[in-house]
Amino acid sequence: MSTEISESRELKSTEINKYDFKTKTDAVFKARKGIDEEIVNQISDIKNEPDWMRKFRLDALKIFESKPMPEWGGDIALDFQDIFYYLKPTNEQGRSWDDVPEEIKDTFEKLGIPEAERKYLAGVKAQFESEVIYGSLKEDLANQGVIFTDTDTAVREHPELLREYFGTIIPSTDNKFAALNSAVWSGGSFIYVPKGVKIDFPLQAYFRINEENMGQFERTLIIVDEGAQVHYVEGCTAPMYTSESLHSAVVEVVVKKNGRCRYTTIQNWANNIYNLVTKRAFAYQDAVMEWVDGNLGSKLTMKYPAVYMMEPGARGEILSIAFSSAGQHQDAGAKLVHCAPNTTGTIISKSISKNGGRSSYRGLARVEEGAYNSKCSVVCDALILDPESRSDTYPYIEVAEQDVSIGHEASVSRIGEEQLFYLMSRGLSEAEASTMIVNGFIEPLIKELPMEYAVEMNRLIQLQMEGSVG
Amino acid sequence: MSDILEIKNLHVAIEGKPILRGVNLTINKGETHALMGPNGSGKSTLGLVIMGHPNYEVTEGEILLNGQNILDLDADERARLGVFMAFQRPVAIPGVKMADFLRHATTNVRHPDRKEGEDLISMREFRKEIKDKMGQLQMDSEFARRYVNDGFSGGEMKRAEILQLAMLQPKFAILDETDSGLDADAVRLASQSINEIGHNKMGLLIITHHDKLLEHNPPDFTHVILGGQIVETGGKELAAELHSQGYERIRAEHPESAAANDETETVAST
Repeated sequence: MSTEISESRELKSTEINKYDFKTKTDAVFKARKGIDEEIVNQISDIKNEPDWMRKFRLDALKIFESKPMPEWGGDIALDFQDIFYYLKPTNEQGRSWDDVPEEIKDTFEKLGIPEAERKYLAGVKAQFESEVIYGSLKEDLANQGVIFTDTDTAVREHPELLREYFGTIIPSTDNKFAALNSAVWSGGSFIYVPKGVKIDFPLQAYFRINEENMGQFERTLIIVDEGAQVHYVEGCTAPMYTSESLHSAVVEVVVKKNGRCRYTTIQNWANNIYNLVTKRAFAYQDAVMEWVDGNLGSKLTMKYPAVYMMEPGARGEILSIAFSSAGQHQDAGAKLVHCAPNTTGTIISKSISKNGGRSSYRGLARVEEGAYNSKCSVVCDALILDPESRSDTYPYIEVAEQDVSIGHEASVSRIGEEQLFYLMSRGLSEAEASTMIVNGFIEPLIKELPMEYAVEMNRLIQLQMEGSVG
Repeated sequence: MSDILEIKNLHVAIEGKPILRGVNLTINKGETHALMGPNGSGKSTLGLVIMGHPNYEVTEGEILLNGQNILDLDADERARLGVFMAFQRPVAIPGVKMADFLRHATTNVRHPDRKEGEDLISMREFRKEIKDKMGQLQMDSEFARRYVNDGFSGGEMKRAEILQLAMLQPKFAILDETDSGLDADAVRLASQSINEIGHNKMGLLIITHHDKLLEHNPPDFTHVILGGQIVETGGKELAAELHSQGYERIRAEHPESAAANDETETVAST
């Protein structure tokens, strides 16, 4: 009996370590630790940026320095001077997979990236530390005018299009971490989908932090023109180090009239990463913006994807899953802002806490004056697996209009002893039973994911669940 | 080998309060036993303790399955040895599809040595089997895609329990009020199904207030439980007597158990 147990434990620990490997690389350039004007100028120099971008960065640095740390959310025990803000892993971005340096290629091959691309993706970006090291886009999409590139390249090649929106959805003044990103941003995706173009397969970006104390600050801008459609998926991983790293992205999305955008994130950072991300979308007339946000890893995540419904008929849908285990705090949620009449917003949030993990839902539903006949519904359910774990709900509702419909439901349940007993009485082990209950709990979200991601998500949940019982 | 389940001098408490006070009961493969008793007598507790519910504390006695004491085993290990209980009010498990749940359960019970993560029984075989069995229970095939007990009507819940009985083919099955909350037609269907699935193949312990279930499953033995003890055992005529005349005679003949029963019932209802 005892050998059986130790055998299966061993099996699990190798599986869990799937993402926990470090690649030895020779960086082309690595800025010294810390942040100041010199570092920001250095980043701008290396990227050979136009003056407006350098100014944008330096202005943002001042804002970052002047803003206090947020006093809500989680504890951010970060020394900003002990982080590397910029690391350039390679000189060239690979157009074909063969061009990618061997050791980096090896990293992404272990993560299954090129395989996924061959199977079901319309385009791929892979970011290693600060720079996008590989990019591809199906030819027919490029011919239709679709742009899918890294944001640095977009600054050079599509300056007018980029500048029209860059920093307008999320200005540097928005919050301390948006300011930090604006000062030191590097990499990220730039997507433009022209009028009426519907992209059937997802575009995917994959973000990898490899070095210790590395900060990753990608900057993503997606513009979906009138009647166009895109599904963008991002995945994130990093190996485990003893000291903390920081991931602080800014993601801006514009969905124009009748456009549709779905943005799916499966975040599985190592448990020593602070994941402090600002994501916001503007949806115009009859446009649909969907955020599907899965947070499994990180030490602390503070992330509240937002949809601003700017014109009549716009729709915002946010599905959020948070899973926190020992030493983790997921402060996740969503924001819906109704700025126009006849807009519809939905938030569905599911959180799971186990082994002393803490999950918080923090959400805002705001209806501005004049946004009459708007509908807003918020449902958040929390599942707590053991007495050491914690779940909180912080719903903020601000309504400045009479003729609206606002619904808010919240539930917190402990994993039922009766549910466990029921499944076990049918021959399922305690671990299988718990996993089944948890999978059932997030099933409404999983079924919204594309097949491949649903499978991956289930697998990640199973990894999280293993070792949680007995 | 003929299977045998033996309950010897079983004492059980919950939160320090005694509920079972020395139950003795032996069930052989192929036998049908009826367990009857008023509210608070310990009927359901006996079933839950045999199945291995973690909330009950066994203070004395043993439960032997083919000579092996199963008291230290978790519910899943007991299930894999062939113990089953159809619950009176099975709990809902939202998001978990009946088919997924049952495929796992069936695999584990048929392959007791299966470890987590190992293969499940083939989907094709399983589908065919569950479809046949659902047909026999007059269940719509859509049922397999619904979430376990979630939003089920009383009748659907009971049928789902019987479906599990049919799939898992245990050695011993405890049926806790599998007839309650059903209309006459549904009771007939449930009774017939249980007879087809279990009669002569399993040892059955049928916990019931009513005698309808017993019409199709005439008990070889009827046990009356009162105040946590089996105070009388008879044949099917005893079940008929209790059904028509209630527990007055039993109470009068066993005043101590009746008093103990009243006490438990009072505790339970406060």
